[in-house]
Amino acid sequence: MSNPARNFFEIFDLAPDFAIDLAQLTGRYRELQRLVHPDKYAHGSDQERRLAVQMAANINDAFRTLKDPVERALYLLRLQNVAVDDESARRLDPEFLMEQMELREALGEVRGSSYAAQDLSNIFATIDKLEKQTLGALAAAFARDDAAALRSANEHVQKLRFIKRLRGEAQEVEEHLTSH
Amino acid sequence: MALLELSEPGQTPRPHERRVAVGIDLGTTNSLVATVRSGVAETLPDARGRHLLPSVVQYASGVAPRVGDDAKANAVHDPFNTIASVKRLMGRGVDDVKKLGNQLPYHFAAAESAVPRIVTSAGAVSPVEVSAEILKVLKQRAEETLGADLEGAVVTVPAYFDDAQRQATKDAARLAGLNILRLLNEPTAAAVAYGLDHQAEGVYVVYDLGGGTFDVSVLRLNRGVFEVLATGGDSALGGDDMDHAIAEWIMREAQIGDDADAMLLRRLLRDACVAKEQLTDAQQVTLHVELAVKRTWDGELSRAKLNELIDPLIQKSLAPCRRALRDANIKLEEVREVVMVGGSTRVPRVRELVGQFFARLPLTTIDPDKVVALGAAIQADVLVGNKPDTDMLLLDVNPLSLGIETMGGLVEQIIPRNTTLPVARGQDFTTYKDGQTAMSIHVVQGERDVVSGCRSLARFELRGIPPMAAGAGRIRILFQVDADGLLSVSAKEQTTGVESSIQVKPSYGLTDREIETMLRESIDHASDDVAARQLREQQVDADRLLDAVSVALAADAEALLNTAERAAIDTAMQALRGARVGTDERAIKNAIAALDKTTAEFAARGMNAGIRKALTGRTIAELKDI
Repeated sequence: MSNPARNFFEIFDLAPDFAIDLAQLTGRYRELQRLVHPDKYAHGSDQERRLAVQMAANINDAFRTLKDPVERALYLLRLQNVAVDDESARRLDPEFLMEQMELREALGEVRGSSYAAQDLSNIFATIDKLEKQTLGALAAAFARDDAAALRSANEHVQKLRFIKRLRGEAQEVEEHLTSH
Repeated sequence: MALLELSEPGQTPRPHERRVAVGIDLGTTNSLVATVRSGVAETLPDARGRHLLPSVVQYASGVAPRVGDDAKANAVHDPFNTIASVKRLMGRGVDDVKKLGNQLPYHFAAAESAVPRIVTSAGAVSPVEVSAEILKVLKQRAEETLGADLEGAVVTVPAYFDDAQRQATKDAARLAGLNILRLLNEPTAAAVAYGLDHQAEGVYVVYDLGGGTFDVSVLRLNRGVFEVLATGGDSALGGDDMDHAIAEWIMREAQIGDDADAMLLRRLLRDACVAKEQLTDAQQVTLHVELAVKRTWDGELSRAKLNELIDPLIQKSLAPCRRALRDANIKLEEVREVVMVGGSTRVPRVRELVGQFFARLPLTTIDPDKVVALGAAIQADVLVGNKPDTDMLLLDVNPLSLGIETMGGLVEQIIPRNTTLPVARGQDFTTYKDGQTAMSIHVVQGERDVVSGCRSLARFELRGIPPMAAGAGRIRILFQVDADGLLSVSAKEQTTGVESSIQVKPSYGLTDREIETMLRESIDHASDDVAARQLREQQVDADRLLDAVSVALAADAEALLNTAERAAIDTAMQALRGARVGTDERAIKNAIAALDKTTAEFAARGMNAGIRKALTGRTIAELKDI
């Protein structure tokens, strides 16, 4: 099919940059879906409907990738042929890994704690802070845009993946606490 | 004379003619049909002024089934032939039904497919057929009221319905002779009815507790765009369960054993339901239950006792609320309003606990029984083309994660839950044995990472892989979920191009042949015959394609096509027009396929160009090289 290999940024007519205007992205996303969503072709031919599903799916995929900073960063790194793999995760600085381990331990102790809600809320606050810092560092790395900066961007992305997993685990503990 | 025929090719010749379309809420307890007339959505009553059609079908030998109030009234006397709450069985397998076992007074027959069939005195019927009877009555009601054939219908389903349940609903509509424009999620439909009414903007939560299903959806409303951020629920939780809780309480109080017969159980459920409804206004009701001939039990049920009985059920609905908010990444205080939908939200305790949970008074301004059908009617009106200038756009999500089985009974997730639809996503797998020539693919839906904790949707096999060393064969599996939430899966070996694809016909679905047979049986042979019907369908498809291509040619041909391409399209159109006037269904079908193929590239270019134009304001001519 003629799907000119346009990258996700081009779909929204945006420059391939980590710093994007989310409101602009969202606005353009909605505008595009208004044009191609299969519901616009409920009365159309099979061909139009098939095409609409494919295009709308592609636009959804692009939007999902670009609106999330980690996904966006991964996508940018891939566009620039920077290998993103577990190898780089293994080289993360020990200080960060140590902090992650401590947070995990703290999380493991929440369930037995008599101040569970407070402990959990402290952990969430730490995760929020850590995430904000790392996102800031990631944005700064992309802004520098040289080979060393891309390597460090890769590292921040790996950190953010750790943070995301940790947040997921914290949410599971939260769910467990609220439903019991 | 000729002036009258001067409409541009492809344009609707009668632009002011309204197409008749309806929205149908096919509910567990009650069903409704609604339409938009003079710009206002309204539900349509029957000849006696009743809007709600009880979703109850009574079968009897040799006569057409009874549907609605009459059937409901007979349920206690004829429990085995009177099917209520059939929605709970839609898309379910024989094993699921066994789990519901003691709640269902019916006899089930063994069928050749995995679909359970209920034995009645008019023969064994599948849940799809029972639902189709309800839909037929609503279709007829609409056609009589509106004085026209229906162009199409939007039928609502619980957001939390899985693929099998959706497919079953679509099959039922097809069996009832409805042209389905869309399966629409019930909370989304409710949001449409509310949102358009209130010019709403911001984050809304729809809490939809019906007779047998519970849904919660978190939506962001922005200038006509209804974007579902997350959805959750329980496709087996509703007012029915409250009735059962009350009935069980009565059984304990009245010391009725588990061996009570079906008729007594039906009476208990009926009385429980009445008591529950009365307790919406009253603080206390008196129960007078007929246990057997000349033996009754009398008792009192207070609202406090009712609350105690149903609190666990309401609590059960709050966990999905919490999860949906989290999935949507929305904090409680960001929620602008909570909209209550479904008859069971009339229960004061439901309003109270939901209000507490969301820390605000829930909205109940539109009749919770009607709001879903009204929203569906509004969407149907748009889809059928009556509102070409509307800004309305519904962006929904898939409620449950989709994946495939990998080694060791584990699930590899391919599309996570709450992904915006439509979605297409591929995943590559490698062959794991030397000389492997086939790969079996097991598609599952659910949130657990082991196959046994998920619902099996379908199994199929990719064959004809040329023998290669282990790991050398790369198989790409592509999942596509359309706007109705229906999945299709295809698999392709990348190095050789060997392909296999299926429309996911769920493990618990009816086969195409079964549906075909039912359709054949349901068509009145005197007035209609299958071949004529198929010919008409092909002619309609041909007209649609010819129309679409004409419009596209008039708009973009110059910018997007060279002379040779244009000539090829003209030839294929001519061929289809030629076949269209004949009566050879197959010839029309082939000509459609040929024109489709010839214009595929042009159509894709046109849509791409439209996208570029919308974003940049440049004209298509300037963009033809992109």
